[in-house]
Amino acid sequence: MEILMIFTSGIIIAVATYLFMTRSLLRVAFGVVMLSHGVHLLILTLSGLETGAPPLLTENAEAYTDPLPQAVILTAIVISFGVTAFLLVLAYRTYKEHGTEDLEELRGNADE
Amino acid sequence: MNNIVLLPVLIPFIAGAVLILFRHFPKLQRISSAVVMLVMLAASVLLVYSVYQDGILTVELGNWPAPFGIVLVGDLFASLMVLLSSITGVTCLFFAFQTITKEREKYFFYPFYFFLLTGVNGSFLTGDLFNLFVFFEVMLISSFILIVTGGTKFQLRESYKYVVINIFASMMFLAALAYIYGLTGTLNLAHIAQQIEEIGQTGVVNTAAIMLLIVFGIKGALFPLYFWLPQSYYGPPAAIAALFGGLLTKVGVYAIFRTFTLIFVHDISFTHTVLLVLAALTMVLGVLAAVAQFNFKMILTYHIISQIGYMIMGLAIFTPLAVAGAIYHIAHNVVVKSALFMFAGATQKITGTNNLKEMSGLLKTHPALAWLFFISAVSIAGIPPLSGFFSKFALVLSGLEAEMYVIVAVALIVGVFTLFSMMKIFIYVFWGSPSLQRSDYSHIKLAPLLMPIVPFIVLTIAMGLFAEPVFTFIQLTADQILDPSIYIDAVLGE
Repeated sequence: MEILMIFTSGIIIAVATYLFMTRSLLRVAFGVVMLSHGVHLLILTLSGLETGAPPLLTENAEAYTDPLPQAVILTAIVISFGVTAFLLVLAYRTYKEHGTEDLEELRGNADE
Repeated sequence: MNNIVLLPVLIPFIAGAVLILFRHFPKLQRISSAVVMLVMLAASVLLVYSVYQDGILTVELGNWPAPFGIVLVGDLFASLMVLLSSITGVTCLFFAFQTITKEREKYFFYPFYFFLLTGVNGSFLTGDLFNLFVFFEVMLISSFILIVTGGTKFQLRESYKYVVINIFASMMFLAALAYIYGLTGTLNLAHIAQQIEEIGQTGVVNTAAIMLLIVFGIKGALFPLYFWLPQSYYGPPAAIAALFGGLLTKVGVYAIFRTFTLIFVHDISFTHTVLLVLAALTMVLGVLAAVAQFNFKMILTYHIISQIGYMIMGLAIFTPLAVAGAIYHIAHNVVVKSALFMFAGATQKITGTNNLKEMSGLLKTHPALAWLFFISAVSIAGIPPLSGFFSKFALVLSGLEAEMYVIVAVALIVGVFTLFSMMKIFIYVFWGSPSLQRSDYSHIKLAPLLMPIVPFIVLTIAMGLFAEPVFTFIQLTADQILDPSIYIDAVLGE
């Protein structure tokens, strides 16, 4: 299961990398979203996948899932949600001001 | 008494949150933010003093014992950095009162200024790797907003790149964190250090180390990851550029210092050689780019990069003297670099341009500005008896003692180029016949612009003239971070 999940997150990160390399503002923003998903999956996988028990530790618990990665991912999701929202607004404003969303045309020149 | 560690994080956070409500009252915002900053400065001084007196202070948040909960740790290095951030915060705020536009004040300048400081201080004080990530994000989001407010074409374009590169770095931080958690089963810095000492620094640990180095290298503008810095620091007004140039990159440097003195210290021949090569390249390329520029602010932004190289050089040599020199250099650089950016802002306000070729003769019309600039310029170039000399002296001396002659040669040559480009600014801006008529600048009052810079100039002179006591303190700091067991014992108990 771990192997499969690692490959899954690898594929997602590869897709994200591809999107990062494209020239469109919006696709780069989607790349950010994909990248965060891939990384969150990686956190969950690398800390070990347990089956059959909730992340609750009672006095006589025989098995439990590690709750920390889940807490970490939850926080990271909230952060990446906020950052993505900001990035989308920024992309929209940049598009409005410059009239293009092609990053190649947004390189700028030296004498501004 | 331990709770004092919380103050530098809590004060700006609460201030920022409250100030959001008062966006339509600029005067109230100014007064209250000035008061809050001064309180924060006092708290940081108190923090440094109590850490100096009582040793490392730790706070376990929510009373969850370490390593299960999040801890805040104030050791000498962290509290020194907090003190530097407060000093920069105070002066940049007072400079902002003079230079910031009404629109910016209305659009949440002060709240995000404080949130930025929350993130910076939190990153310095936290003892938990994931918490470090969270504080990085707090700092970054605020910096995004401070950089982009105003929304000119240039700002929007460059901020987009700045935001994307930083989000990429954050995601990589999370991936590195996943590796480390998978390896050690903990996120507490002290506990990670303990675990890695037991399992040994094998290949996979080195992978995580290099990933973290890339992440912090992006934040701290190390070679080859500094390309985002010059353009994005060029856009915002001088007060913000001074805060960013002085402080933000140092957070990345601090994180590199923290991880590579506490956690990844068992394979020095690999990790610290990488650091050494990066330090040399960062210094050389940063300064060469600065020499080629004819724009006041651009020269300064490229100098940020080359100065980062010196700090990493000290860490890479990894002797007590070298690390002390590097910490001294951080302190010196925060002070002088912020001052230089404010000078750029002041000259821009007077002349209306950043282009060196369009300015001349300010020595005749504004002698005070000229001589104060001269002091900070020679300080950053490393002329005795100013602070820059002593940090570079310690670095060069330790390099010679460690028989690393190449890096010493590089550091000295880069020093010459630094002096050259600073003198270039001085010659173009201040020498020659005055280009301005009296009527052009008579409405700009110079004294309020210079007042916030004066504390920095006093500091750089004081750090030079009283190098002995300052250096003794910094050597204590270096000894403390070079012995990870002190930190580990303080956090985890005996």
